[in-house]
Amino acid sequence: MHGFANPARFLRLARWLMPALLVPGLVLSLGALAWGLALAPPDHLMGVTVKILFIHVPCVWLGMAGWSTIAISSIAELVWRHPLAGIAARAAAVPGAVFTALGLITGSIWGRPTWGTWWVWDGRLTSFLILLFLYFGYIALSDAAQRDAGAGGPGAGGAGRVAAIFGLVGAINIPIINRSVVWWNSLHQPPSITMGKSAIDGTYLWPLLIAALGFSLVFGGVVLARMRMLLAEIQTEARLRRKALG
Amino acid sequence: MPRALIKPKHQRLVLVLLALAALIGAGLLAAWALSRQASYFYIPSDLVARPPEQGRAVRLGGMVEKGSLKTMPDGVTIHFTVTDGKAEVPVRFSGITPDLFVEGSGVVAEGRMDGRSFVADNLLAKHDEKYVPREMKDMSAAQAKQVVAQTK
Repeated sequence: MHGFANPARFLRLARWLMPALLVPGLVLSLGALAWGLALAPPDHLMGVTVKILFIHVPCVWLGMAGWSTIAISSIAELVWRHPLAGIAARAAAVPGAVFTALGLITGSIWGRPTWGTWWVWDGRLTSFLILLFLYFGYIALSDAAQRDAGAGGPGAGGAGRVAAIFGLVGAINIPIINRSVVWWNSLHQPPSITMGKSAIDGTYLWPLLIAALGFSLVFGGVVLARMRMLLAEIQTEARLRRKALG
Repeated sequence: MPRALIKPKHQRLVLVLLALAALIGAGLLAAWALSRQASYFYIPSDLVARPPEQGRAVRLGGMVEKGSLKTMPDGVTIHFTVTDGKAEVPVRFSGITPDLFVEGSGVVAEGRMDGRSFVADNLLAKHDEKYVPREMKDMSAAQAKQVVAQTK
């Protein structure tokens, strides 16, 4: 892993890996969504509204995967001081927050016709809203730490240490979201897919899994794009500072 | 073991792992302490075993018992029974029900206890985790398998 501690080496890899993830990701996502919308049959209870499944479920999965990325990168930053770990965590925060917001919006739109309400304060919905707020907190904190480091302030050197601790502490919400429908009575139904078993019929499951794969590839591509951008930003700032001093 | 022999990297790893263990412990404790308060509704057994005071706003959740749904002559008032398999509570409601409200399906009723029955102000439909196409719902398992095999 420390082979990529050299940003130039990482950037060479990222340059071709980014489109290699984004292009098939977009093709798979759009294909699976078209398949789901056009071909999947109506559900026995909820009718055609079942088709929101194909966008809602991949979005919430990636919302949680985004924070898992932040948590793992935070461990790598705190323990191994890997120079790219903090950048990976910051890069994952924005797309993670976008998927989380999309998950909340599509869930709300789905809730109105099926449950009869846009929103309830049950365990699942509340813990997922908290995830969105955690993202906002993380983005604000890591940006502030980066600015502080750039200005040579007290955060210099250990920039993002605070953000990494926040990323790690916030990870406790992920198992809570996952278990919320099991621990507490909630309006949201229990998990459909558990340990290799699925209560979702194959006609829905296949487009769902392909959409999830496509969304994940897009997420990976966006994270790489943002890492390149953040690295370029840091380089430019360092160059400007050297010029100002010289 | 003298301190100098422990690499700082390993020391940090142990610290992070300890912090993680403490964090997970705290999270589990909090979740366990919240187990009653964080529930969105009471199930019929709860309401029968520990009835809340009359008139206090509570939510009742469970299955609408098959064959229990009756529409009153005024056309908007319905009576039905909510069950969790162990206890049942009769429910009264006037108004528009959600589309997914049917017998044998889940429901969450917002309202209050009135004597031994429950008066609901609002009904929410709670569906299960199964997603099955309409055409296959009424087929036998063997028929469904055949259809799936044909479409593969």
